[in-house]
Amino acid sequence: MFNTNDILETIHMISDEHLDIRTVTMGISLLDCADSDIDAACEKIYKKITTKAKDLVRVCNDIEREYGIPIINKRISVTPIAMVAASCRQGDITKFAVTLQKCAEVVGVNFIGGYSALVHKGFSAGDLELIESIPEALSITNNICASVNIGSTKAGINLDAVALMGKIIKKSAELTADRNCIGPAKLVVLCNAPEDNPFMAGAFHGAGQPDCVINVGVSGPGVVKSALQKSEGLNITEVAELIKRTAFKITRMGQLVAMEASKRLGVPFGIVDLSLAPTPAVGDSVAHILEEIGLEQCGACGTTATLALLNDAVKKGGVMASSSVGGLSGAFIPVTEDAGMIAAATNGTLTIEKLEAMTAVCSVGLDMIIIPGDTPCDVISAIIADEAAIGMANFKTTAARLIPAINKKVGDTLSFGGLLGEGPVMKVNTASPLKFISRGGHIPAPLQSLKN
Amino acid sequence: MRAVISVVGKDKVGILMNVSTKCAEYNVNIIDVSQTVLRDMFTMIMLVDISNISIKFGDFSEMMTSFGSEIGMEIRAMHEDIFNSMHRI
Repeated sequence: MFNTNDILETIHMISDEHLDIRTVTMGISLLDCADSDIDAACEKIYKKITTKAKDLVRVCNDIEREYGIPIINKRISVTPIAMVAASCRQGDITKFAVTLQKCAEVVGVNFIGGYSALVHKGFSAGDLELIESIPEALSITNNICASVNIGSTKAGINLDAVALMGKIIKKSAELTADRNCIGPAKLVVLCNAPEDNPFMAGAFHGAGQPDCVINVGVSGPGVVKSALQKSEGLNITEVAELIKRTAFKITRMGQLVAMEASKRLGVPFGIVDLSLAPTPAVGDSVAHILEEIGLEQCGACGTTATLALLNDAVKKGGVMASSSVGGLSGAFIPVTEDAGMIAAATNGTLTIEKLEAMTAVCSVGLDMIIIPGDTPCDVISAIIADEAAIGMANFKTTAARLIPAINKKVGDTLSFGGLLGEGPVMKVNTASPLKFISRGGHIPAPLQSLKN
Repeated sequence: MRAVISVVGKDKVGILMNVSTKCAEYNVNIIDVSQTVLRDMFTMIMLVDISNISIKFGDFSEMMTSFGSEIGMEIRAMHEDIFNSMHRI
């Protein structure tokens, strides 16, 4: 028989502390859908996705009901579309986005990620065309996410792509200005992008992956915060231990769901992503964990240190709980998706500079940050370059998901609703980096890339 | 296959009977029961065998939750593996 307290603890985590499986993401390879005729390629993609993922949502709902654990998102990641599009001789590349949107609606997933290009070492056939089509693709679809990998530790940083992405992000915001600039909220620029990430907007199915795979992203900032709240008087070593133990429990649940989904769908299990992913709901915030550890507000001095501890403890606790760990795995700090960060950014405690420092010690980058609509493209590019440099030099994934709020100024707010949340327009240092960005070329890979 | 049924709420007469009647109705066999009443709050944990359950377990679980709200209790029926995986290595 189980220990009653253990059972009540699990139930309490789910009902009161927002413990959930954040996403079950099916990775589908589209490499076999390439065709010189774009319409034929789209037809093959439609057939493949709607066949492979036809039971995804139903199976997840069944698991949810039988195990009593909510599965918030069911999603799909696909081979970067630029790779598939490379074979097409001509045609409007946004047809791929429209096809993916149709697939999302038919199988009932809330996002398909993979309208992507990997250009860290340079542009190959199809890459430039795809990147230039991103603003339109994001504007004519609702459930498609785009990403571009512009750097890696092994390859350095493609500064031409960085310069281009500043313009693409801005244009994407302009095209969706009537819809709260939602376009760039579905677009992320990455350095060291993982091939098996189940989380949006950066999810894509890497070329080294199997044909079809199930990846699961767990969550649970509320559980960690509540565990800390219940344990008064711990020193910081004991705090780390407590977070480890909690992360272990959360991840075990992710592993169970991943194995079960994989078995029922007849698709191999890929990875569990050990991430603390917040939502705008009260009690589901990563910022509040840092505040529980002992900061007056997230963004105060000490934020980077506490976040580093949190990120490390989550990985240490989670890694033993899963047979295969991957993706981003760490604490997420998306500003508009975290109630504590929204509050800290609104009253000015949390600045972009502090967030940049935080990204050096956690699993992602400058995520869901709203900037003034008149921010010059070269400044946006330079923010991306800074972020990519942190990732490149530290052998880690970093990313930038910046949303220029068209016709809005510092202090105004922008609201997306749902999981994407809302937030204040944050101040950006606009001293011009134009000469640097316009130089173009390639930032060479750092010495630490030479590990062989 | 086994599952855990948890019942939490204000103590009153007939909770155990109500829940076990529902179990019998769907051919769910009760293996073990532990219950406590602390400051008027009733907590019961039931381990049940669902190998011969007459409907899908997911439907049973939903039915128990809505039955719970009818009798003013919070009832959850969850597959035992969720607790196994979280609390046992």
